[in-house]
Amino acid sequence: MSCDFTRTVLHGYLDGELDAARAGEFERHLENCRECANALGAEESLRASLRRVSLYEQAPVALRKKIRVALDAATASPAAIRLPAWRWLAVAAAILLVASISWFAVPRFRDSSVSSPVTAAEIIDAHIRSLLPGHLTDVASTDQHTVKPWFDGKLAFIPPVKDFADDGFPLIGGRLDVLNGQNVAALVYGRRKHVINVFVWPTKEPDTPIHPPGARQGYQWRHWRHQGMEFCAISDVSDSDLYELAQLIYQ
Amino acid sequence: MSGSDQGRGSDVLDAQDRQRFEQLVLPHLDAAFNLARWLLRSRADSEDVAQEAMLRAYRFFRGFHGGDARAWLLQIVRNTCYTWLEKNRPVELMTEFDEELHPQPSASPEALAIAGDNREHLTRALETLPPRFREVLILRELEGCSYKEIAAITAIPIGTVMSALARARQRLHRALTASTPQETSREL
Repeated sequence: MSCDFTRTVLHGYLDGELDAARAGEFERHLENCRECANALGAEESLRASLRRVSLYEQAPVALRKKIRVALDAATASPAAIRLPAWRWLAVAAAILLVASISWFAVPRFRDSSVSSPVTAAEIIDAHIRSLLPGHLTDVASTDQHTVKPWFDGKLAFIPPVKDFADDGFPLIGGRLDVLNGQNVAALVYGRRKHVINVFVWPTKEPDTPIHPPGARQGYQWRHWRHQGMEFCAISDVSDSDLYELAQLIYQ
Repeated sequence: MSGSDQGRGSDVLDAQDRQRFEQLVLPHLDAAFNLARWLLRSRADSEDVAQEAMLRAYRFFRGFHGGDARAWLLQIVRNTCYTWLEKNRPVELMTEFDEELHPQPSASPEALAIAGDNREHLTRALETLPPRFREVLILRELEGCSYKEIAAITAIPIGTVMSALARARQRLHRALTASTPQETSREL
């Protein structure tokens, strides 16, 4: 009870943590101290019990698997730097947003016979180009019977050409133009002092009604398909004027 | 874990880190689970805490510069366990090294042999010990840690590991014999 060794050094001895000198000292003490001898016996007995009943609890197999999955998730794959899930979502959302904006901002006049769709930007460019001095018409004639045959042999199709002078849309002439790498017919109409370009090219897509107007950079356009032809009328005139001409051509 | 370790924890770990971790740290999952189980006294909670500790270890892995991987991991497990206890069972941590240790007679080897041969009885006795006594016993008797390792894992000075173990064992003797009515008279 009074032996200090029982409460301290005995444990270092039991655990094999004493250096040789101190272990030897304790062993000499042990020969003469009943208390320490008993205590050591008790500790060894307890240790034996702890080992015998095997209290060690091993990790469940399921936990090992769960941890491996979690570790994989926390590891960058060699192919790509890993981003947190919300960042991937943000990236995906950004891509989607840009894609949808460009889709709506740049109307496409799809034509299955053309490799890629004609865009509004091309239509506008072609219209502006036509307004440059000397570019408006290749054949200047108010006579549809002059303009229509002029296209013959220059294009793989014959565009419908009609003069609507009686309705306030005199035919000015026609020319060849290129949209998205393909030759198209451009019919030029006047409306008071304004110019309307009507681009015509063949299509295999089904007919459509006259689509709602598009507008950009001060230009309006109307687009439709009718009887194997695709039309796009563009001008700086009001949309109501443009729509009126579109209806005349559509008939 | 030092602040710099935590800073490095934000690094993205690659396949090479993953492989090293697999070789050095993951083999000590049983040790991690066992320590957590005895500190928390619950297998279900230990699964969660052991997993959390393992993931924390992984995040801090670049702060591990070789040496004793088991002690390094168990230190993280222990910290995670105490954080969990503080949050979920704060009362348990309040009964600490506060007792004035009166000299107690050691139970006789026979008495301990009788009391200790029942797994359930031993488990219950160990679980009645305050966590800080329990952990040194688990690390020493079940995990076979050296004093140096115990000091590293539990953050107590190496010079006090021996006395901590002495007191923990005395506590265990009392817990074992106190719950065995026929042995009570011997203890007093």
